[in-house]
Amino acid sequence: MLAHRIIPCLDCDLEKPGGRVVKGIKFKKIRYTGLPWELAERYYKEGADEIVFLDITASAEKRTTMVEVVKKTCQKVFIPITVGGGIRSVEDAQRLFRAGADKISINTAAIQNPKLVKKLSKTFGSQAVVVAIDAKSRGNWFECSIYGGRKFTGVDAILWAKKVAELGAGEILLTSMDRDGTKEGFDLELTKRISKSVFIPVIASGGAGKKEHFLEAFTKGKADATLAASLFHFREIKISELKRYLKEKVINVR
Amino acid sequence: MITIIDYGMGNLLSIENAFRYFGAKVKITAQPEEIEKAKKLVFPGVGNFAEAIKNLKRKKIDLAIKNSIQKGTPFLGICLGFQLLFEKSEEAPKIKGLSIFQGKVSRLKKVKIPQIGWNQLKIQKKSKILKGLKGGSFVYFMHSFYPKPIDKKIIIAKTNYGIDFCSSIESKNIFGVQFHPEKSGKVGLKILKNFVEI
Repeated sequence: MLAHRIIPCLDCDLEKPGGRVVKGIKFKKIRYTGLPWELAERYYKEGADEIVFLDITASAEKRTTMVEVVKKTCQKVFIPITVGGGIRSVEDAQRLFRAGADKISINTAAIQNPKLVKKLSKTFGSQAVVVAIDAKSRGNWFECSIYGGRKFTGVDAILWAKKVAELGAGEILLTSMDRDGTKEGFDLELTKRISKSVFIPVIASGGAGKKEHFLEAFTKGKADATLAASLFHFREIKISELKRYLKEKVINVR
Repeated sequence: MITIIDYGMGNLLSIENAFRYFGAKVKITAQPEEIEKAKKLVFPGVGNFAEAIKNLKRKKIDLAIKNSIQKGTPFLGICLGFQLLFEKSEEAPKIKGLSIFQGKVSRLKKVKIPQIGWNQLKIQKKSKILKGLKGGSFVYFMHSFYPKPIDKKIIIAKTNYGIDFCSSIESKNIFGVQFHPEKSGKVGLKILKNFVEI
């Protein structure tokens, strides 16, 4: 049976030497936690199912490139690697795939130019294209935001999820902006609604604070995978422990 | 020396890194002569079936592959590189595959597509390539299609996703896996090591 996945996410500030991993809270405040490839290797050894790198550098003057981060990571980490942040073209994606990335994740560029999703999935295959959706609750609907949560689009997250699935996206990386960094648990309503609207895997993100949150994201939220950052970075929960817990609760994990 | 066939389809660096990780020597090539001379061949690939065949023909690699296989060179097809060994695919009904094996490649049905993630091997029989692996071992899949060999004897492992599909084959010098050993952690590295040691 296909296992539910646990994915640590590494937000990288490429302006810092080595492309330091940072942790944002509610898309704003920032703390530094370590070098991307070192953290990635630690997670690989602890049983992470995949690694996600997000380039959260706001400016264009980057000291380290994501290509370098990926190349370094791939020498020692033998699980899939997804890269997101700032990818705007087939060429951008190509560079990352050549460096060893398995999937790329796009948000802003997809909303601004939906054809890019189609182009990327035609060129690299659906399995290599993740569309990230950063959604905020507006009462009875969810609004998509872009530019790392700095701009709202008026786009309905559920309709958008269906649209990107049609365009050839292979997965949806769904972040609840309301829950991100709060440790109050994943947004189960949002996750379930998206998961039931599309026939591609959904990765739930934003709000993980304890083991139970991962369990309910799978059982109630119908997520195929769950993603978290600070919990793992600060060793509040070890991936190996989390998996042991989920196995006890009869969730199929590796 | 492991020769990885480069025909413009996907992530070769990861496979190269995985072999190098345990000290194997690796060469990447798109030259038909190099492929025919190779001691061991790895045939990776992600992407589209038709596109792959087109690239193989343009680079004149298709014949070199067939010749090497006939000579008995150990050959490992991965993901699309595994599917291409069959006669045809639902992904590109008009395109002929390499036809090393009889059978066609079908689309997964009634499940979320692509299958992305870790799934288990149901080992069917003893093999060189899966030597030392326990039944139920998890490996990483990223695919929408799977091959259906006519000769069921070559199937060494199946995996359940909606149905039990053929996820690994072995026939004399030819090995094929639908999953990505280079992305399957320790289990995957073991499989690649088995191939090196054949």
